[in-house]
Amino acid sequence: MPLGIGRLALLAALALSSPATAGETIHVKIDKMMFDPPKVSAHVGDTIEWANHDFVVHTATARNKDWDVTIPVNGTGRVTLKRAGDVAYFCRFHPIMTGEIAAAP
Amino acid sequence: MRLLGAATAVALAFTSLPAMAQGAKPNDAEIAHIAYTAGVIDIKAAKLALKKSKNKEVRDFAENMVHDHTAVNDQALALVKKLKVTPEDNDTSKALVKQADAEHAKLEKLSGPAFDKAYADNEVAYHKAVDNALETVLIPDATNADLKALLTTGLKIFQGHEMHAEHVAASLK
Repeated sequence: MPLGIGRLALLAALALSSPATAGETIHVKIDKMMFDPPKVSAHVGDTIEWANHDFVVHTATARNKDWDVTIPVNGTGRVTLKRAGDVAYFCRFHPIMTGEIAAAP
Repeated sequence: MRLLGAATAVALAFTSLPAMAQGAKPNDAEIAHIAYTAGVIDIKAAKLALKKSKNKEVRDFAENMVHDHTAVNDQALALVKKLKVTPEDNDTSKALVKQADAEHAKLEKLSGPAFDKAYADNEVAYHKAVDNALETVLIPDATNADLKALLTTGLKIFQGHEMHAEHVAASLK
């Protein structure tokens, strides 16, 4: 069934207005004081979601200060990547915990 | 000099541990009590910092100490209940409390940046001493697998605190 011009235009407009909806969600587990996997590859528009399995609160804090996400006990925290590049991040409360995101355009 | 003294005193409080390990090893009930006491001490210091400090980094650190050590001690309490173990007071935990009380009295007399620096430096020294005791004596001597696992997780959390404390101390210089 051919799509009407109007519907196509609407779809195009939606796609342009919210590119983030096209992104994937990449899951990172936090368990026993580690980001797992410690390094992930993603694209601009993707969302990184951290799930905290520890019994203490953690953060995922970008070293370049782009974002600072708090991840509650038994909860999740997420960030949608807005620009390309490698971002190193750490937990502000336990700075021995480190991770990295490689964001392609 | 005073700070160096504080760090040495904390280390001294733990020196009874290797002695215990050579003769009578601390049993699980004693180990649980030492770990729990160490947590209580740090919570008390953090609460003093929250009362006295106006520095954001110091306050954030102290708030996290209250949360994390409470969380670890809640786990410890649940575990000793499950294992039907009654935590036992002992020379090491008594020495820790005595030392902590002395440090608390010193900190209470300070205010402003002098307090912040003394608190942060003491937190670095304290976590170093506790982490070392966990690594070399408490974890190796724990016989119950659940206790050993909790102490091991605790060590990772406290190593995180040690680094966090170092960052805070460095930011005050």
